[in-house]
Amino acid sequence: MIAEIDNISLIDWSRAQFALTAFYHWLFVPLTLGLGIVQAVMETIYYKTGDEFWKKTAQFWMKLFGINFAIGVATGLILEFEFGTNWSNYSWFVGDIFGAPLAIEGVVAFFMEATFIAVMFFGWNKVSKGFHLTSTWLTIAGATISAFWILVANGWMQYPTGMVFNPDTVRNEMGSFWAVAFSPVALNKFLHTVLSGWIIGAMFVAGISSWYLLRKREVKFALASIKVAVAFGLIACFLSIWTGDGSASQVAKQQPMKLAAMEGLYEGGEGVNLVGAGILNPSKKEYNDNEEAFLFKIDVPIPKFLSYLAFGKFNAYVPGIKNIIEGGYTKPDGSIALSAEEKIARGKLAINALANYKTAKADSVLLEHKADSIKNALVLAAETENYTETSEGDTITAIALTGDELFAEKKAAVHAKIADSRQQLKENFAYFGYGYIKEPKELIPPLGLTFYAFRVMVILGGFLLLLFAFATYFSYKNKFETKRWLQWTCLISIFLAIFAGQAGWVVAEVGRQPWAIQDILPTSAAISKLSASSVQLTFFIFLVLFTVLLIAELKILTSAIKKGPQINENKN
Amino acid sequence: MEKSVLKRIISFYVEGFKGMTTGKTLWLIILVKLFIMFAVLKIFFFPSYLGKFDSADKKQNYVSNELIQRAK
Ligand code: HEM
Repeated sequence: MIAEIDNISLIDWSRAQFALTAFYHWLFVPLTLGLGIVQAVMETIYYKTGDEFWKKTAQFWMKLFGINFAIGVATGLILEFEFGTNWSNYSWFVGDIFGAPLAIEGVVAFFMEATFIAVMFFGWNKVSKGFHLTSTWLTIAGATISAFWILVANGWMQYPTGMVFNPDTVRNEMGSFWAVAFSPVALNKFLHTVLSGWIIGAMFVAGISSWYLLRKREVKFALASIKVAVAFGLIACFLSIWTGDGSASQVAKQQPMKLAAMEGLYEGGEGVNLVGAGILNPSKKEYNDNEEAFLFKIDVPIPKFLSYLAFGKFNAYVPGIKNIIEGGYTKPDGSIALSAEEKIARGKLAINALANYKTAKADSVLLEHKADSIKNALVLAAETENYTETSEGDTITAIALTGDELFAEKKAAVHAKIADSRQQLKENFAYFGYGYIKEPKELIPPLGLTFYAFRVMVILGGFLLLLFAFATYFSYKNKFETKRWLQWTCLISIFLAIFAGQAGWVVAEVGRQPWAIQDILPTSAAISKLSASSVQLTFFIFLVLFTVLLIAELKILTSAIKKGPQINENKN
Repeated sequence: MEKSVLKRIISFYVEGFKGMTTGKTLWLIILVKLFIMFAVLKIFFFPSYLGKFDSADKKQNYVSNELIQRAK
């Protein structure tokens, strides 16, 4: 086994590398999803009104969409490279569960990119208006469907379901495709994530348009774009808070430790308050020391709100970190929660059962192939047992069973071992990953990061809702043009919206540590035995590569923005 | 008839590519990026870890051994 220290830095570097690529990839995706809808709505207005102004407006945003798409395309594949290289045990172990959604995604993405996008960019004067509009909508629908399959794969890692573990191949096989594709976790994740992309796209359009207003350029174009963007953003914000609430209740059901970490909740109870803002106490080192969890904290004014968010009842019991580790409370499904120690014991049983299954399987193959020599060896062994040396001479009491019978007995024993270990594995598979956990405290995710990232996302969510509400009000009252503070706020909020989305991923992914697959496989078992230094090297290669690409994107984007939509505003 | 549809599709793409402005720079970036990703990164830095085993049997043996040993 890899030396412990090296292992830890290997895991950390591999996670850092994955996080870096995911963050980077996530700079492009939400803009594709959100900007795509905004431009499609604008083109729809053009289709309905026939007004060339809207055509030019849609075309300008489409150009920015294209730039973002070109720079971002295929950056997600790097994550797949990393699965195969850095997380090879994981990749093998998940088998077709992960493979199937990703393969569907690949095919959808390819066809979409080769056809509809081409019509969208090249087809303006070549195909009918209706066909062009359809292609624009199908482009964005295709991108959204792609996102769906990726999020199905991610959702399965958070809440593994619909699979059967096959100990022969050591892979999880698809038991029910529908259970995987339409798991409540995947659906919620899809909705919340896509909506967060809509918010970012809307903010982008409103922010860039505000920049024109601040410079007193392209005023008509900017005001018209803002009208579409802010109303869309407002709707997206409402829906995203609604789906975020859905995500929180899924987390409460399937990943209680993540929820506890999001809230800095050590000791749970009934009717728990939701923390509005707070500062964690850095001297709290252990989940069971007597230090306070917070230096400072204010709860959301609605009492017992966490219980309500999590389980829909103000008096529902929400377990804290300590409760989850100690177990013994009643879960929403009525069963009693196991302690971490018990789960670890069950995990060890499962892994042991896999080991026994493997040896028994190997024995049974030997029995098949070497039947004769094994039979002879069994007879010899039985005779040796019955051999007695006396002063009168040596005797062998006749052995009771024939060679064939001895062989059949041995075979039956091996088969019984196969069946038993398989059964034991099946019974304990839900805790398989706990077998790798050495101490219960390893089950606690990085608390600070999870807690603060959650606050950042939710507080920014509230802020963006207010901002879109104000912006919609002033925009539809035709007063946006004079509100410079609002224009500045919209411009700066492009970055805040992007930041909220990244924080969301931190909550979802850091909050489920140590699991690569919830309860089934921790990162320490998922990782390939590479040297930490080689992962460090690729980390820095990516850092450089991504920075260069990002600079290229920003340069091309800003020069396109500076050039502007070039609409002759006096003409219309 | 068939041919003319095909021709029209091809000329649609050809003309489209010819008419691009920012698009040309973007295609260059896409191609350089794909080259770096597949010809450099994938080959030299991201080989499939289990690729060193030449059969599925060996791969699953390796992974199951790892999964069993790491729990110890
Ligand atoms: C304001 C109310 C919000 C609530 C209650 C909320 C709730 C949540 C929860 C519970 C998760 C974790 C889901 C999981 O671990 O499976 C999450 C993830 C996420 N959130 Fe939010 N969120 C809110 C607003 C936002 C906003 C405004 C954005 C971005 C603009 C955003 C973007 C994300 C993203 C990208 C993820 C990761 C993907 C996912 O797990 O769904 N959220 N959110």
